[in-house]
Amino acid sequence: MIPIDFLLLLPILVPFLTGIFAVLSWHQRQLQRVVSLIGSILLLGVAVLLFGQIYRFGPQAVQIGGWDAPFGITIYADLLTVIMLMLAALMGLVVGLYSLANIDEGRQRLGFYPLYQILLMGVCGSFLAGDIFNLYVWFEVMLIASFVLLALGSEKRQLEGAIKYVTLNLMASAVFLAAAGILYGVAGSLNMADLALRLQNAPVGVVTTLSMMFLVAFGIKAALFPLFSWLPSAYHTPPTAVSAIFAGLLTKVGVYAIIRVFTLMFVQDQMYTHTILLVLAALTMVTGVLGAASQNHYRRILSFHITSQIGYMVMGLALFTPLALAGAIFYIIHHIIVKTNLFLISGITEWVSGSYELKKLGGLYVRLPLLAGLFLISAFSLAGIPPLSGFWAKFTLIKAGLEVHSYFIVAVALGVSLLTLYSMTKIWTQAYWKKQPEEWERPFPPRDSGWVIRFAPVMLLAACTVAIGLGAEFVLSVSMQAAEQLLNPSLYVETVLGTIVGGLP
Amino acid sequence: MEIIMAIIVGSLYAAGVYMIRRRSLVKLIIGLALLGHASNMLIFSMGELVRGNPPLIPEGFTAPIAPFADPLPQALILTAIVIGFGAQAFAIVLIKRVYQRVGTDDMDQLIATDK
Repeated sequence: MIPIDFLLLLPILVPFLTGIFAVLSWHQRQLQRVVSLIGSILLLGVAVLLFGQIYRFGPQAVQIGGWDAPFGITIYADLLTVIMLMLAALMGLVVGLYSLANIDEGRQRLGFYPLYQILLMGVCGSFLAGDIFNLYVWFEVMLIASFVLLALGSEKRQLEGAIKYVTLNLMASAVFLAAAGILYGVAGSLNMADLALRLQNAPVGVVTTLSMMFLVAFGIKAALFPLFSWLPSAYHTPPTAVSAIFAGLLTKVGVYAIIRVFTLMFVQDQMYTHTILLVLAALTMVTGVLGAASQNHYRRILSFHITSQIGYMVMGLALFTPLALAGAIFYIIHHIIVKTNLFLISGITEWVSGSYELKKLGGLYVRLPLLAGLFLISAFSLAGIPPLSGFWAKFTLIKAGLEVHSYFIVAVALGVSLLTLYSMTKIWTQAYWKKQPEEWERPFPPRDSGWVIRFAPVMLLAACTVAIGLGAEFVLSVSMQAAEQLLNPSLYVETVLGTIVGGLP
Repeated sequence: MEIIMAIIVGSLYAAGVYMIRRRSLVKLIIGLALLGHASNMLIFSMGELVRGNPPLIPEGFTAPIAPFADPLPQALILTAIVIGFGAQAFAIVLIKRVYQRVGTDDMDQLIATDK
């Protein structure tokens, strides 16, 4: 049995070591692919083990090097953390598998696999960080890897997208850094558990100002209204595997950070902060879905829908009841799986038809019914048709909204859900149902292993969506427990400051 | 001393935002670098500017004698500078590639992704 304090570090160490091995096998492409795949499988195994431990024994914390909190570096995991870790590892595995067929040889030679593993390390690190500055560092690890992955290949559109992505994310980092600095000046600590205690005695006005600075910094990364413009400009430019992993994980790291700080640290003036969050959630949903409705490019529609869906997650946080937070967590689980899958499906569609432009597509329902069916499952789940996962996520959020009589946000959420269905129907009719214009018709790629490698991840994720829909009760009960842990900051504080886990005294 | 730092930090932010608002890619990168510097200086001034005393514990004591310089903001800035250096190095290479590929450094011409 692996001791828990070592197990907590493994989600960071496994992708790190895999990345190093991938660098060492730089010239042996085949070996690199195998190493990357094994690393991803190991990461998923570690994440599942960790989930089992946390689910049974409650939140755990580890002080690196035996320096007690609040002085050392803290790694903390509660149920939300391990849920996110499991999803990140699952996406890492399926998209990693898909990338074996999707990423061309040139990009593989330029170091796709090491970068991919470092990206996963940054994502896992951000989930585990128990310290604001540590969180900043993990964000940067993730960002640098994502910058290079986005620009890798140097296509014209990729580079233009990368400029926008890099600029806005570096600005977000500057704001985050400034906020962390001021936070240290105000509270004299950067350990999140310690901050939760110290900020209770700090002047409310200063704390609220700080919370807004963090909201801007994380809001850019999470693509909240009005800070999302980089996302639809960048996410449709790189190869499908890259945009799928970005779509699944990166914005959700921002959402995770927002949820973490606004449940643990910035809860003094909820009337003010959580009202702003609620307004932003509504605006994010509406602008995202309207942006999607105006697009005719497969991946751009999906990109705008990421923004729109972020609104639902923030809505759950803003309502700030146990059920609403559980809804937000459920939504994150559902969204990561479905959105990644839709991007992968868009990649297969492009692969067999040669375009992402809806007007050039068509006829796939006849020619490739399996793909059309898989799209329908994911699209209906995204729009919230029962019994798929999206229905239960939206149902929980809307029930929570009705319980606290926030009828306006409920109305917005339902309306946006309808417009999502409209967008998905548009893709369905254009890409799968209608007849493909003759000048764009072309034969399918040859029947080889590329088909299996591309379809296996998509089928796996579609099965996950259906399974979550059918087993919604278990997922919801886990989400409820995670939400209760979040709404009980003293649990976090006690876990980090109260007990000393491992290391030297 | 604090007032001077405040003016410096404010000017750096103003200059950074101004440069980011320009259309040239080179100026964009300079603007981002200035923003990073402004944040670093801000953290520096958060550690209370104290002259002279290093944060060392004299023999026979259990804590350093006040007033002493807070070492933590400086450690934070060091980390932030290193990270900022990496990010800026990447950004500079990126704009070089963009210039080679697209043939312009005018951001208003970078509209291929929004069509």
